[in-house]
Amino acid sequence: MSKEDKFSQDFSEFDSYQFGHHDKVKHIASTGKGISKDVVTKISELKNEPGWMTDIRLKAYEVFEKKPMPSWGPDLREIKFEDFTYFIRSTEKESDQWDDMPKEILETFDKLGIPEAEKKFLAGASAQYESEAVYHKLNEELGKEGVVFLTMDQAVKDEPDLVKKYFGSVIPASDNKFSALNTAVWSGGSFIYVPPGVEVNTPLQTYFRINEEEFGQFERTLIIADKGAKVVYNEGCSAPKWAKSSLHAAVVELVALEDSRIDYQTIQNWYKNIYNLVTKRAKAEKNATVTWLDINVGSRITIKYPSVMMMGEGARGEVQSIAFANEDQLQDSGAKMIHGAPNTTSVVTSKSISKGTGRSSYRGLIKVLKGAKNSSCRVECDALLINEESRTDTYPVMDIAEDETQIAHEASVSKVNEDQIFYLQSRGIPEIEAMKMVVNGFLEPMVKKLPLEYSVEFQRLVELELEGSVG
Amino acid sequence: MKDDYILNINNLKVSIDDKQVLQGIDLDVKKGEVHAIMGPNGSGKSTLAYSLMGHPSYELDSGEIELDSESIVDLEPHEKAQKGLFLAFQYPMEIPGLQMESFLRSAVSSIKGSEETKDVFEFHRKVLKEMKYLGIDESFADRYVNDGFSGGEKKRAEVLQMLLLQPKLAVMDETDSGLDIDAIKVVAKGVNRLKEKGMSILIITHYQRILDYIHPDRVSVLSGGKILKTAGPELAKELEKTGYKDFVPKKSSLDVKF
Repeated sequence: MSKEDKFSQDFSEFDSYQFGHHDKVKHIASTGKGISKDVVTKISELKNEPGWMTDIRLKAYEVFEKKPMPSWGPDLREIKFEDFTYFIRSTEKESDQWDDMPKEILETFDKLGIPEAEKKFLAGASAQYESEAVYHKLNEELGKEGVVFLTMDQAVKDEPDLVKKYFGSVIPASDNKFSALNTAVWSGGSFIYVPPGVEVNTPLQTYFRINEEEFGQFERTLIIADKGAKVVYNEGCSAPKWAKSSLHAAVVELVALEDSRIDYQTIQNWYKNIYNLVTKRAKAEKNATVTWLDINVGSRITIKYPSVMMMGEGARGEVQSIAFANEDQLQDSGAKMIHGAPNTTSVVTSKSISKGTGRSSYRGLIKVLKGAKNSSCRVECDALLINEESRTDTYPVMDIAEDETQIAHEASVSKVNEDQIFYLQSRGIPEIEAMKMVVNGFLEPMVKKLPLEYSVEFQRLVELELEGSVG
Repeated sequence: MKDDYILNINNLKVSIDDKQVLQGIDLDVKKGEVHAIMGPNGSGKSTLAYSLMGHPSYELDSGEIELDSESIVDLEPHEKAQKGLFLAFQYPMEIPGLQMESFLRSAVSSIKGSEETKDVFEFHRKVLKEMKYLGIDESFADRYVNDGFSGGEKKRAEVLQMLLLQPKLAVMDETDSGLDIDAIKVVAKGVNRLKEKGMSILIITHYQRILDYIHPDRVSVLSGGKILKTAGPELAKELEKTGYKDFVPKKSSLDVKF
């Protein structure tokens, strides 16, 4: 074995995924394997939905059937849609008491630290298990201020006017095959409406847990910040260690009206065989700001490019994306920024790490429409390769129809080198710790800007991903 | 007495990329001794330094290395460091994003135990004190390890680490190369302080210049992957006059580039 091989082998795959257990829970309802028009109708029936939503679903299903698989990026042919179960109900209804759910499910959320996080730093929390929320609660004070935080399912019933107006307004079913699929079979997710001038500075959070194998989770999230409103939203997810894959295809739509601000923060920590194909997009009106913090660890394939359409003058968009592609994983992430009005500003910062045969790609689109004068966009993407066979690619697309714009793009690729590790080792630091120090160093400029609970959680995740059979 | 020696190297043969560079090194360093290794370019000086610390690119073909009467050939580099071996690099590595002080804290607690760094404020004071001693600006404590440091700053940072880690044996790999006289004096100041505390130093250099400030007890000449002569400090002076022409390897000529 050459020295180079040994170096790689020391950091080779070690299954350190920490949330890999699964619960033995009886299903209250399930549509069984496979997808069809009947399955779509049945999901709508199980939810007692009004006819207009059933119609939206059925139309989207037709689009899904016709749409080809995305032709860019990772090869998705290995996904067999007939293998998945599209809807599973685990409890009769959501509750605002953690104790109401089956003990096993509660233990899982305890392990994930959700009830504790709710007590410490959340203004509202929701916990989705398979297709639907098993827990949902909003701080009373916020409710009195008119803040609406519901599961999407409940919002269809309680807030039909807002849902009819905004559902699919940012991401139409026809956007791509997976947004069509989500629109057809969506279940769960969050609906948030913040009234004019109200500021929700303490985060609202939803945690998504998949428990079964060969299951499809299709939450649908819609957040509307009315004029001058503010909201911070957190999202997290995980799944058990199963031999067979599951599919996660969420759609997240953000509507930021004049002068409002939405901060959307995600840590995805999937087991290594999840297909994570998510469409996230925001529309920002005049002087509104939308920021996406998107952290992706785990999954077999992730395709996700959070977007901001800046349609009003002075709107701002920001994407901070961090991806970790471990052995056999593909992280195809990036951002799309659409400048549709004058004086709009966007910033994209992307950091990716590829380990072993992992491959991460930055795929970005910067589009400046004619008339979006004095717009500016800054893109910075840095990739770190851990082993010889690791790969990274950058696909920046720029489509600039306006002359008076400022666009800056910087990209860098670096490799953890043997000599850096040796240098740290020569100071008494064991190999795996040395590796963690180099990787954390690469992430440091970004991590130091994260909210504290995120930076701690993220560094811990990265260290787990780097654990190996060293020694 | 074996106990008098901090380092014993016997018939050490080391290859890189299947080319044997060290062809049977015999060398020892006494406790408290400053031992200088001098040699022309390509003689195997850096290979010797790296091999002692155990760089993965260097294949140890045969031979024995004992640190304080204990074999270290099978140890990982970090274990050797924990046993008291230190290497001051000719080209210290840059680690972007890793703060100098945080790195020093990890290093000191790995080698000397976590008690040494438990009091964060005391450790900070200690670091600043040593930095001042070496004429390193305070701001370097917050900077990333060697990132954007000049050549001289990197070498001072190596000496800083040496002072904080207080190894039993410090191997200095051409620490003087590329330094001006003022910087060499600073390096010498640090090394001499270690020497006063009874630590041993193996100083590897091409030039005699640094030996004006760090006085060696013995000098060995390395050429063609072998130690060709060991004598007192007068040998360094002699080499300054005559160069290495008397020490051209006889049998195998080396075409390895360093």
